[in-house]
Amino acid sequence: MTTPPPPAPGSRAARWQAFRSLSRAMFRGFARDRAAMFFSILFPVMFLLLFGSIYKSSSTPKISVVEVGRVSVLDQARAGSHGQLDQVLSVTHSSSLASALNEVRQGNVDAAVQQQDGTLVVRYSVANPTTAGVVNSVFSGIVQAANQAASRRPPAFQLSSRQVEDKSLKPIQYLTPGLLGWAIASGGAFAAAITLVSWRQNKLLRRLRLAPVGTGSVVTARIAVSVAVGIVQMFVFIAIAITPYFGLKLTAYWWMAIPIVICGTLAFLSIGLLVGAIAKTQQAATALANLIILPMAFLGGAFIPLTFAPQWIQDVSYALPLRYLVVGMQDVMARGDGPAAALPAMGILLGFAAVLTLISVRVFRWDEI
Amino acid sequence: MTAAISVRDLRKSYGSLRAVDGVTFEVEPGEFFGILGPNGAGKTTTLEIIEGLREPDSGEVSVLGMSPWPRNPALLPRIGVQLQASSFFERLTAREQLRTFADLYGVPARRADEMLDVVGMADVAGTRTEKLSGGQAQRLSIACALVHRPEVLFLDEPTGALDPQARRNLWDLLRGIAGEGHTVVLTTHHMDEAETLCQQVAIMDHGKVLQTGPPAALVRELAHPVKISVESGLLGPEEARTLADGAVVADDGVSLTFTTTEPAPVLAGLANRDALKGLQVTGATLEDVFLSLTGREYRA
Repeated sequence: MTTPPPPAPGSRAARWQAFRSLSRAMFRGFARDRAAMFFSILFPVMFLLLFGSIYKSSSTPKISVVEVGRVSVLDQARAGSHGQLDQVLSVTHSSSLASALNEVRQGNVDAAVQQQDGTLVVRYSVANPTTAGVVNSVFSGIVQAANQAASRRPPAFQLSSRQVEDKSLKPIQYLTPGLLGWAIASGGAFAAAITLVSWRQNKLLRRLRLAPVGTGSVVTARIAVSVAVGIVQMFVFIAIAITPYFGLKLTAYWWMAIPIVICGTLAFLSIGLLVGAIAKTQQAATALANLIILPMAFLGGAFIPLTFAPQWIQDVSYALPLRYLVVGMQDVMARGDGPAAALPAMGILLGFAAVLTLISVRVFRWDEI
Repeated sequence: MTAAISVRDLRKSYGSLRAVDGVTFEVEPGEFFGILGPNGAGKTTTLEIIEGLREPDSGEVSVLGMSPWPRNPALLPRIGVQLQASSFFERLTAREQLRTFADLYGVPARRADEMLDVVGMADVAGTRTEKLSGGQAQRLSIACALVHRPEVLFLDEPTGALDPQARRNLWDLLRGIAGEGHTVVLTTHHMDEAETLCQQVAIMDHGKVLQTGPPAALVRELAHPVKISVESGLLGPEEARTLADGAVVADDGVSLTFTTTEPAPVLAGLANRDALKGLQVTGATLEDVFLSLTGREYRA
């Protein structure tokens, strides 16, 4: 049996072999690390399940109403609305006004309605001003519609209202890119920081420096493994979010999220690289990475959707790479933007990665001391 | 024959500390060379300069006729470096670890598996390195350094944290390696290790080489008195003193001890009187050489 001669040191074949074996070693190290698996895959998925379930039915809060006696105006309006009104109102019945009012005072129901001939009496509590406002407008709408119908003339004006977003935009469609962005951010930052610090501590970094392996092979292997992990995270998230229970609807160019994930991974690897270059121990690296990633998750639109966030958070978010990762993914996955919409976000993420990498190289040390 | 390693007037300072202060020595091909000295003597810094991990302030280093600094890709495949027992990829098994290093040097996986046998670790090939004992991890680390058949092997304190049994096992392994024609450079603060393993030693202290030579020759040159002791009570004190002129004789009730620079007549006399029960002869060691060179006790 003859074996092929080993590739010459520094040749393309040797670099490829080094890259392959380093990637394999790093991937095995990751896959066998239960804590890393938990924090990069399972933990974010738990957040997705939790938030996804909490916000699932939160699109319009229903108003609960007690009918005292017979309220024909309301009954006719419900019968005539083909179930639309029942999406807003949940109606129960009571024969005693006193007990119904008690329910309203205690906040168990939002309003009690009673019909006295031609007058609809609505009693509500102002403890919750928003609900009180909704109660008022719903019932004035019902009364106006009834008056209009009683006049037997076609209405002079009609209201047609539509949501600006795609009709299917549900919380899951900003939760998925948001939490996925956070998962990729912490995965990338921790992977780079911990690898660098632990390899410096156990002197593997020096050992590799004394092997005929270029820094390029080591760095590209780390990038390849992290990008692979990021894409796995993305598909796990999408697989869960598109189940009928959560009901994520991907828009046409959702696959543009893949290049965004790659750029985002590079940006957060560069953060990890800097953390790893500065920190001396693994504990310090973990603490420092947390200190950067966690606030960024709140300010960069991962945990709190930027559309709902206060103005100052929206302003701050422009300085954070996580914003571009999250919003970029949202645009192509949920808002239905075309592939070109992702390019500025990708460019900013790559630029961020380049700048931080340059800084890291300057503060990088092979050895402790 | 040109030297495998040649070091001339090497100097390296850290601030006001002269870690290496004018070190000169040569290592012949195939030689087992020890750099010996207490902690902080400058052994490791010297070794790191030779390996190419640090740049010397001044002086010349040549390894296999090449300069190790700056990082020399032509030299790297020809040297093997064992740093510490824990310098491994996380969560890989012993076999995977060795195969990864084999890949980095472009060596087939078969050779990696052979090395597991050479260091006697075939039975723990599937064990993750975190779970190996100190001695096993050290053996694996040496296997990783040898997998590409380097011409020169560097070992930095290989038995540092090992128990006596594991140290002895590792010595056997290292003797076997030396027999295969590798040039080996080892640093140690264990005098006995240098004495058993090395053909040549350089004794270092405070960044300087105090003396170089074969351990046995260094000890002999001392002309240090030898201690001969037998069981107490075999000879009376008067009779004992007649055995040798100039020997110091002492009896502590357990042993009768002669301290002399001329052991031959004492031993002959004891043999004639059939008084060799419990015989022990203790010569000088490298520790005594260190003591005579520095004027202070050797403390690792």
